[in-house]
Amino acid sequence: MGEDGESPKINHSFLRDYVTEADVISTVEFNQTGDLLATGDKGGRVVIFQRETQSKGEPEELGESGEYNVYSTFQSHEPDFDYLKSLEIEEKINKIRWLPQQNAAHFLLSTNDKTIKLWKVSERDKRPEGYNLKDEEGRVKDFSTVTSLQVPVLKPTDLMVEVRPRRVFSNGHTYHVNSISVNSDGETYLSADDLRINMWHLGITDRSFNIVDIKPANMEDLTEVITAAEFHPKHCHLFVYSSSKGTLRLCDMRASALCDKHSKIFEEPEDPGNRSFFSEIISSVSDVKFSHSGRYLLTRDYLTVKVWDLHMEKGPVETYQVHEYLRSKLCSLYENDCIFDKFECVWNSTDSVIMTGAYNSFFRMFDRETGRGVTLEAWRESSKPRAVLRTRRVYTGGRRRRGDVGVDSLDFTKKILHMAWHPAENIIAIAATNNLYIFQDRVNPETQ
Amino acid sequence: MNLNEEAKRIMAISISKLYSSRTQRGGLRLHRSLLLSLVMRSARDIYHSVQVLNETAEQQHTVPCEPQETVIEEPMDTSTDQTVPDVSIESTETDPTTDEEADIKPPKAEDGEWDKENRDWAQCDRHSRKRRGKAAAEPEFLPSKKARMDTEDDRRVGVLRSSNGNCCRSVEILTQISVPSAIEAF
Repeated sequence: MGEDGESPKINHSFLRDYVTEADVISTVEFNQTGDLLATGDKGGRVVIFQRETQSKGEPEELGESGEYNVYSTFQSHEPDFDYLKSLEIEEKINKIRWLPQQNAAHFLLSTNDKTIKLWKVSERDKRPEGYNLKDEEGRVKDFSTVTSLQVPVLKPTDLMVEVRPRRVFSNGHTYHVNSISVNSDGETYLSADDLRINMWHLGITDRSFNIVDIKPANMEDLTEVITAAEFHPKHCHLFVYSSSKGTLRLCDMRASALCDKHSKIFEEPEDPGNRSFFSEIISSVSDVKFSHSGRYLLTRDYLTVKVWDLHMEKGPVETYQVHEYLRSKLCSLYENDCIFDKFECVWNSTDSVIMTGAYNSFFRMFDRETGRGVTLEAWRESSKPRAVLRTRRVYTGGRRRRGDVGVDSLDFTKKILHMAWHPAENIIAIAATNNLYIFQDRVNPETQ
Repeated sequence: MNLNEEAKRIMAISISKLYSSRTQRGGLRLHRSLLLSLVMRSARDIYHSVQVLNETAEQQHTVPCEPQETVIEEPMDTSTDQTVPDVSIESTETDPTTDEEADIKPPKAEDGEWDKENRDWAQCDRHSRKRRGKAAAEPEFLPSKKARMDTEDDRRVGVLRSSNGNCCRSVEILTQISVPSAIEAF
């Protein structure tokens, strides 16, 4: 049943193409159960979506259930100004991470370039009524009118979602914060900027521990920066951070207070045949994610995604080409700044499939068992609600099929940088500029 | 000179990006600035290696009064501190340069009839790496106004300068661009 009323011939492109900068989504994250999905945007706002609970009807009638609807919206960060350095601090939300749920309320961490905030998201669906000394509006009653005693009762009201800032972790970073990661101990989290990583306690805002510092004594000697960091999902003493040189460092906090010295360093020797002006840029790792098992690491650099085994430091165990056809276009991508785009990468719940974004509203999924990749598109025109997502292809030579897109017709302004995969099911959230696409696998909704 | 044009173009693009990144919202992005300076450095290294190649090719034509034997015979022992590693990265066409330069190395200094230009060539050849002539001319793609920061004019910023000391003159021009200083200012 997918009958849409609107005529497909109406061209709204002039409206559609106008995107307010502030609406561009900059981060997407499911919570641990997958019932909540948070997005952050460049305007500093956070929008939380909630999955509709299953209706009590027959499975065939579940037209609305399983869908995500807006649950709450709030302004997380405002534009700020550093007076000492005369620098504006952007309100763009760089990352959101949910805390594991401990009670009825939900907590999330959101960060911009400098400040991390802990938000409490709680519901209120009851209110006390029948006070003796106050009337319905809260005004104090005239005592002479009070003739009897009543016990206030809780009456149901419309659901209200309240979001309040509970902690503000400020002044921890000189450089721009690129990552936050909640520890499996449930008490601490790390935040990483270009040169340092700090560990915070969720309850303490006025100080943090610096656990990594790669700032050279002389800034002229700077050769690499930290690009992403994450705690191990199971071992609260382990974390990994990636660098602009394409290396990964695994650190053990039991070894020393300052983890400048890594326990393991993962790097792949550079292929001299691929050397170019831009080799350094394209080897910079833009995202690193532990697998759910904690055994593997997933990294994204400009042209590839790689899977690394924690037990093997000399190179990745799997490498997948995301858009190798761009290798010959690096110069123009440098000119239009696209070469600096930071793509994210994600695992599915069983660590059998990995996903990352590309250009032209395309995103790629790789099945680790078969080694095969598929290209999908997040674009309104080609996907109606509940339509099956068809695979796309970029034409790079050989037989050209209908629907193939040529490399030169790729739209580099439509980039899929941010995405998330449901922790248990085959549901993915893809951010395409100012739009959020949620795709669900109806054929295999539960992962085995 | 495709490579030279390419390197020059990339340098020009990098410089303009570095300039514009100073005014963008949110302040200087360290990661981006670092990558830009790395690209610029490799482009500059290639550019100057190619410039050296050009110059030595020109030297062949601009030494008419020298007896042929002395031009050819001089052994090339400065080849070790040529930027051969950088040159060979890009393309094989630059590899033969070392042989060419060996052939056209200027005659010994005691030959007094030379004009000043040639003498300077011989003297600075081995050690100072300073280049006169074409390479020293300010590349035309640089903006006419140099960025000025009060305390940072004479800072030698390592991010833009390669350790092999290649072509100090142009490096001086490039280092007055304030981005690495801005990185330091963090």
